[in-house]
Amino acid sequence: MKNPHGFSFARLWAIVVKEFIQMRRDRVTFAMMIGIPLIQLILFSYAINSDPRHLSAAIVVADHGPQGRAILSALRNSTYFQFVRQVPTEAEAQAALARGEVQFMISIPEHFTRDLLRGDRPTLLVEADATDPGATGGPLGALPSILNAALQNDAKGPLDYLASTDSPIDLRIHAKYNPEAITHYTIVPGLLGVVLTMTMVMITALAITRERESGTMENLLSMPTRPLEVMIGKILPYILVGYIQMGLILAASHFLFHVPMVGSLWLLMGVTLVFIAASLAVGVTFSTLAQNQRQAMQMTLFFFLPSILLSGFMFPFRGMPNWAQALGEILPLTHFLRLVRGILLKGNGIDDVLRQLWQIALFGVVVLTIAVFRYRRTLD
Amino acid sequence: MADEFAIDVKGMTKRFGKHTAVDHVDLQVRKGEVCGFLGPNGSGKTTFIRMLCGLLRADEGSGQCLGHDVIKDSDTIKRQVGYMTQKFSFWEDLTIEENLDFVARMYSIKNRRDTVRQSLDRLGLSARKDQLAGELSGGWKQRLALAACLIHEPQLLLLDEPTAGVDPIARRDFWKEIHELAGQGLTFLIATHYMDEAERCHRLAFIANGKLLTYGSVAEVVEQSHLTTWAVDGPDLLQLAEKLQALPGVEQAVPFGSILHISGPDQAALEQAIAPFRTAQYHWNQVPSGLEDVFIHLMEKPRETSSQ
Repeated sequence: MKNPHGFSFARLWAIVVKEFIQMRRDRVTFAMMIGIPLIQLILFSYAINSDPRHLSAAIVVADHGPQGRAILSALRNSTYFQFVRQVPTEAEAQAALARGEVQFMISIPEHFTRDLLRGDRPTLLVEADATDPGATGGPLGALPSILNAALQNDAKGPLDYLASTDSPIDLRIHAKYNPEAITHYTIVPGLLGVVLTMTMVMITALAITRERESGTMENLLSMPTRPLEVMIGKILPYILVGYIQMGLILAASHFLFHVPMVGSLWLLMGVTLVFIAASLAVGVTFSTLAQNQRQAMQMTLFFFLPSILLSGFMFPFRGMPNWAQALGEILPLTHFLRLVRGILLKGNGIDDVLRQLWQIALFGVVVLTIAVFRYRRTLD
Repeated sequence: MADEFAIDVKGMTKRFGKHTAVDHVDLQVRKGEVCGFLGPNGSGKTTFIRMLCGLLRADEGSGQCLGHDVIKDSDTIKRQVGYMTQKFSFWEDLTIEENLDFVARMYSIKNRRDTVRQSLDRLGLSARKDQLAGELSGGWKQRLALAACLIHEPQLLLLDEPTAGVDPIARRDFWKEIHELAGQGLTFLIATHYMDEAERCHRLAFIANGKLLTYGSVAEVVEQSHLTTWAVDGPDLLQLAEKLQALPGVEQAVPFGSILHISGPDQAALEQAIAPFRTAQYHWNQVPSGLEDVFIHLMEKPRETSSQ
């Protein structure tokens, strides 16, 4: 006799079957289960590189002697550096560094070869943008051995004294903006962007989907109101929330982590406004696509994952392959991270800021256009 | 002429893909009238009401609602119409007062505070004004919804099954309120499934499968159906009902407590069918057809035609 109150495999099976049916019906969850592992697999295995190579550098070459050329080709052959531009003065190279256009600047001064041959230890200046210590640590550490190896080839015959001296070159490395390579300086300002992305996108996506799910949207639509009133009315309170979050993070980074704040806070507030608006636009768009609050949450996660992995927050941006960098350039967080680090650590001014800011604004406008087209004033 | 009607529309049609939810419905409702809107689930009542208040765009149709073009002027109509949704659609995390205040702001009402206070008083909600809407029982939620629909002093109220899930006492109070408001000149279009509520309406419109089947006062609707009904009392009524149901001329055999109602559209055929059963043990007498008999008769008809 079977005990009717005992464990029943028939009932267990009934529940398993029901779960599978529901799983199959819920397309978005299904897409998540397949999509999230795929995205992570691709991003972590192909895009992310913790020992970045081919980092962009600007060179200033004031001496064209053979030893200078040897050093440059040794740097290039090390695969750490990629010379993306050659500029006439150090000042110009430093400006490119400040704008974040290059990661390094390498300057071979006048009379470099002559001084080297005389044994006068000429200066070789290498400046690095250390706002992201993860990207600069490797190449800077490898520099002395690359230089020594470069000179070894020539240090034969009459020039063998180059090999005997301790170091024939006065190598000066300036890790600018974060000379001690303190990771807090990079992570904490970056966190501002990450926190804002997560909360702003999610809150708005939920706020509008909730109205639809609970039936209050029908009520709202039956009242004399315009779509723009609803959207802006939904967004404004969260801009305030975004600023409160910004205040908290900045206060923490100043008082707890002692992150330097070189640039203008007003400028940072202005930049943050554009970023918050773009993130909210993403949220509004998700809310017009999602059927319910759970889908809105899932879409937020879909957006958040690449944002955090491809923006340069967790891993050096320039260490990623070109396709991943191109994807990253689309995301607002990528530009916002550069802006926050640029303003706080480098003291970037408005001219430097505008070069990145328009890309966030463009992203926001494109996304909001989709939202306005998708938003229905009727229940059709 | 046009001023006589609050709703005067022709050929209203709405399609969702291949499915025609509302199929060329004409409807006229006089000002100050309470019009009951009847029909089975999924017959197109909600869709029709949503078209009237601009929540859905009509695919075809013309006419006026409160003197405004029903297709072009939906923004103007929205300001003068109160719409009560089938499902409670106010904000459950706001209090009663906050909900009313929000609605008053949406309609840009002058003397907002006074209006909200009066509205609370009139519907007896003052004592509960600080209660969250989500915590209210069905009857109180419905009161709040009605108060909110009335706050901008609309001339026409569209109520979509307003009393679903509301107890009989609250329902009676609700209908008393509606007749008072109708007396003041408000027009009502009320979708309902309850026959007792339908009988309280000045006029009835019956819709099934998106088509308007009948329209008129309760007496007119019953008369138009040409339905004859007999009531029978006696032993084994369920068995009797089964036997009668199978006979030609008998459309329905429905138990009402200890009595069975037998009805059919053809009086002669019906009487012929019941003749063999008019024995001493049964007590037969002809009764006027009720609205429910007519309702079921109308619901069966489209099913028969569609199955052919």
